[in-house]
Amino acid sequence: MEISARRLDNMTIFDVRGDVDLASSPELRKALLHELREARVPRVILNLKGVRYMDSSGVASLVEGLKVSRDLKARLILYGLNTTVREVLQLSKLVKIFEIYENEEQAVSP
Amino acid sequence: MSRSSPLLNLELQSNPEMLCVVRHALGQLAETLGFSSAECRAVVLAVDEALTNIIKHAYGGEQGHPIRALFRRIEVPRDGNQRKALEIVLEDRGKKIDHAKWCGRPLEEVRPGGLGLHFINECMDAVEFRRKFGKNHLRLIKLLDVPKPEKGV
Repeated sequence: MEISARRLDNMTIFDVRGDVDLASSPELRKALLHELREARVPRVILNLKGVRYMDSSGVASLVEGLKVSRDLKARLILYGLNTTVREVLQLSKLVKIFEIYENEEQAVSP
Repeated sequence: MSRSSPLLNLELQSNPEMLCVVRHALGQLAETLGFSSAECRAVVLAVDEALTNIIKHAYGGEQGHPIRALFRRIEVPRDGNQRKALEIVLEDRGKKIDHAKWCGRPLEEVRPGGLGLHFINECMDAVEFRRKFGKNHLRLIKLLDVPKPEKGV
């Protein structure tokens, strides 16, 4: 997995690529929690267009990020979900709790 | 149930970096056997989650412990017919896994963790666990869909 950050006004966009699994999800979790807890960014956006695979540990990282964002009155937004990622979120029955958009334009709009 | 010789026999170590290798090999195998794209993704997810559980729970996150993954084409009786299926057996020498935990957790709880078992149960047609001679044996079965007859045939 590769993850890079773009910092804009009041928001950070993480571009995530590759597989999010047991080996890589700690890196995603760390990046998300740092941006929310330490940097106190009010809107954190995950671009998942380049994610080929996500397992339950990846979903757990997203859920943890979501809970922290709610506690801090921030927003965690996902966009660019492919079939594999969408299926995993649907399987976990968690797809409805996330703020999900099709593309970056929608994700960054107020 | 009829058995054939294994299609694939992987001797792995409890290393998370190996999960992507298994996923790629299994994805190719499932596709070759005739599973649909959705079924291939389901089988790959179930096996990945099962291996993750072995690494995290049976071996407590320690690397370098043995895991065997055996993939075999089988036929199983279903509704009075023999159905083709893929059988996957995962063996490890880690600590005994609590059977009661195989039902997973309630999904109404929005919290991280505990989803792997739910994914395995949802993705596979049969899931069996047993402890024998100091090993955990997890047997997963995915039935191959019966091809629909073409129109006019």
